[in-house]
Amino acid sequence: MTMKPEVGPLPLRRPATGTPDAPAAARTIYRRPILLSAQPTSYCPGCGHGIVHRLIAEVLEELGVADRTILVGSVGCAVFAYDYLRLDAVESPHGRAAAVATGVKRYRPDRVVFTYQGDGDLAAIGTAEIVHAAARGERITVIFVNNGIYGMTGGQMAPTTLAGQKTTSSPLGRDTRTQGYPLPVTELLSLLPGVAYAARGCIAEPGLIGKTKAMIRRAFDVQLEDTGLSIVEVLSTCPVGWGMTPTESMQRLESEVMGAYPVGLFVDRAKGVGQAMPAPVGRASPAGGCAAAAPGPGVPAKEAGPARPAEA
Amino acid sequence: MAVLDRPAGAGRPHVVASPPGTGVEAPLPDRVLMKGNEAIAEAAIAAGCDAYFGYPITPQAELLEWMARRMPEEGRAFVQAESELAAINMALGAAAAGARVLVSSSSPGISLMAEGMSYMAGSRLPVVLVNVMRGGPGLGSIGASQADYLQATKGHGHGDYRVPVLAPSSIAEAIELVGDAFVLAERYRTPVMILADGILGQAMEPVVPRFRSIPKPTADWILEGAAGRDPRVVRSLHIRPDELEEANEVLQATYAEITAKERRWAGESLDGAEVVVVAYGTAARVARTAVERAREDGLRAGLFRPITLWPFPAPALREAAAGARAVLAVELSAGQLVEDVRLAIEGTVPVFHHGRTGGMVPSPDEVVAAMRKAWAVTPGKAPTRPGTVTPETAPGGVR
Repeated sequence: MTMKPEVGPLPLRRPATGTPDAPAAARTIYRRPILLSAQPTSYCPGCGHGIVHRLIAEVLEELGVADRTILVGSVGCAVFAYDYLRLDAVESPHGRAAAVATGVKRYRPDRVVFTYQGDGDLAAIGTAEIVHAAARGERITVIFVNNGIYGMTGGQMAPTTLAGQKTTSSPLGRDTRTQGYPLPVTELLSLLPGVAYAARGCIAEPGLIGKTKAMIRRAFDVQLEDTGLSIVEVLSTCPVGWGMTPTESMQRLESEVMGAYPVGLFVDRAKGVGQAMPAPVGRASPAGGCAAAAPGPGVPAKEAGPARPAEA
Repeated sequence: MAVLDRPAGAGRPHVVASPPGTGVEAPLPDRVLMKGNEAIAEAAIAAGCDAYFGYPITPQAELLEWMARRMPEEGRAFVQAESELAAINMALGAAAAGARVLVSSSSPGISLMAEGMSYMAGSRLPVVLVNVMRGGPGLGSIGASQADYLQATKGHGHGDYRVPVLAPSSIAEAIELVGDAFVLAERYRTPVMILADGILGQAMEPVVPRFRSIPKPTADWILEGAAGRDPRVVRSLHIRPDELEEANEVLQATYAEITAKERRWAGESLDGAEVVVVAYGTAARVARTAVERAREDGLRAGLFRPITLWPFPAPALREAAAGARAVLAVELSAGQLVEDVRLAIEGTVPVFHHGRTGGMVPSPDEVVAAMRKAWAVTPGKAPTRPGTVTPETAPGGVR
């Protein structure tokens, strides 16, 4: 296994294969995105990372921003994402991707910056970093791949593991009395006014994959609109960690996981979807002091209900 | 060159330029009183710091506060992070993107930053980190201390790495070392630590506010988007053992070069000194007074003050102590600096230690007493002016 990136400069646009006036003889219907390297994958058969990588590559190509995009990696199976996505990339310590991305974006606000994090990384050791990046409304995009398990270290229980689910560190099944409840991070984050876009997708079947791609596309659009943090949680598989075949894993996503983690759009502030919790944001006084608390921009005064995804 | 002036009544210094093209140096401004934390912050801004990340902790909070006001004024990045963990990783990200970055904290916060230090060393990222040390272990105290010497010089995080450590002993010197720290960090692609303490951070001293602007070298590794070139990856992960060993060899070669070229120290009254006192930072200020008093009283004492704690100026110290009767390490810690002193001396001269902890600072007389005792209990020729000191009557204790 080698970890060398492909050589040669990055082509920014793929050559057109035809025009409406002169259609090409053969139409390409499926190809490897230019942004995906030809590196043989290190992911297991049936793992969802490859699909999510591809969606990101397609979206960045379509947006034409790949040459000004910086990937902030994380720790877990996707630590090798920079071997597959042909982007400038920086590696983060476990859980710190949102802080690293904050540093990149604050220094280079004209670049597109996104993190790629699993659920152990983001929802356990990285909760402080993601919550505060969201609270600050950092202009970053977070791709949060949730397979409900620590895949790389051998299938231990994660904060996102479903109640009753057996893992190598919950061998009798996750007992909510002693091991707590699954953590719905995207729902929690959707309450924060700094989050401009929050959605949950899934890779269980092609229709859902298409919807997930649209979410990722919108998340990057929101970053370009400079309105706040955007996050797309993607429900994904870990056949090896789950002790299932790839097919069974995809079926489990639909039959079990999507029941616990509903797929859909939680927040798209620019489109009036989702309500932030009424936060005591106050309003900065001209003198720089703190005026009496009043709803700030983007914070509705009326009570927000529990977070529920809208129809995707 | 740009100098800093503080007009009467101004809340902060501001930068004024020399008259251009006149060939005449602008008149030096009067010395101004500056707090150490604020002087370090302003020195970083003048040096060209692009981004600052921090978290409130005593006794360095004024540094954060100064940056909170000044960095936005300069159109540069400032974030008060949610923790020191986040602050150091914001620094990692900004540095990877090519920013000149300053981070500051105090002892407990530095422990939290240890993880990031290891990653930045492994990823070869230049960042300047200021530790305004306080008493420890644990929550300790907010008093001045040097108890993080071993942490700073021997390793904060995991792995085979070193970080150059610069130790100012005055606010004026701290201003100088901030610029030097950025130069070192960028020349060798490494984090650099400025090791100060609560007194240096909190005290106000008169300084000539001449802050240096540091030219920024070009770099072929920074992340800005892979436009028209291969993608770049900033990382410390090398999953193959041979690749990791290769990366470690690059680091070790860098450390060897730093050790060969960048060791720094200052010496006072070392010629013919019978007792060589070794101290840095605030302890060196006390030691200087003690050396002066001892010399007035006939004890031939000298001061050796390491400025780089890593790399430790061992050959210079060994040479300075070659003719001495005793070496005395004075520190605001329970015996950390003295370990490097012993390694440098290699048993050629007896080495003693005098340390106070918890925020306590030794008095000059206390240090003089320790010097006399170190002199008296070691064999050697008769003193220049023996006085009445014998091992039995030497006041104070060698701690």
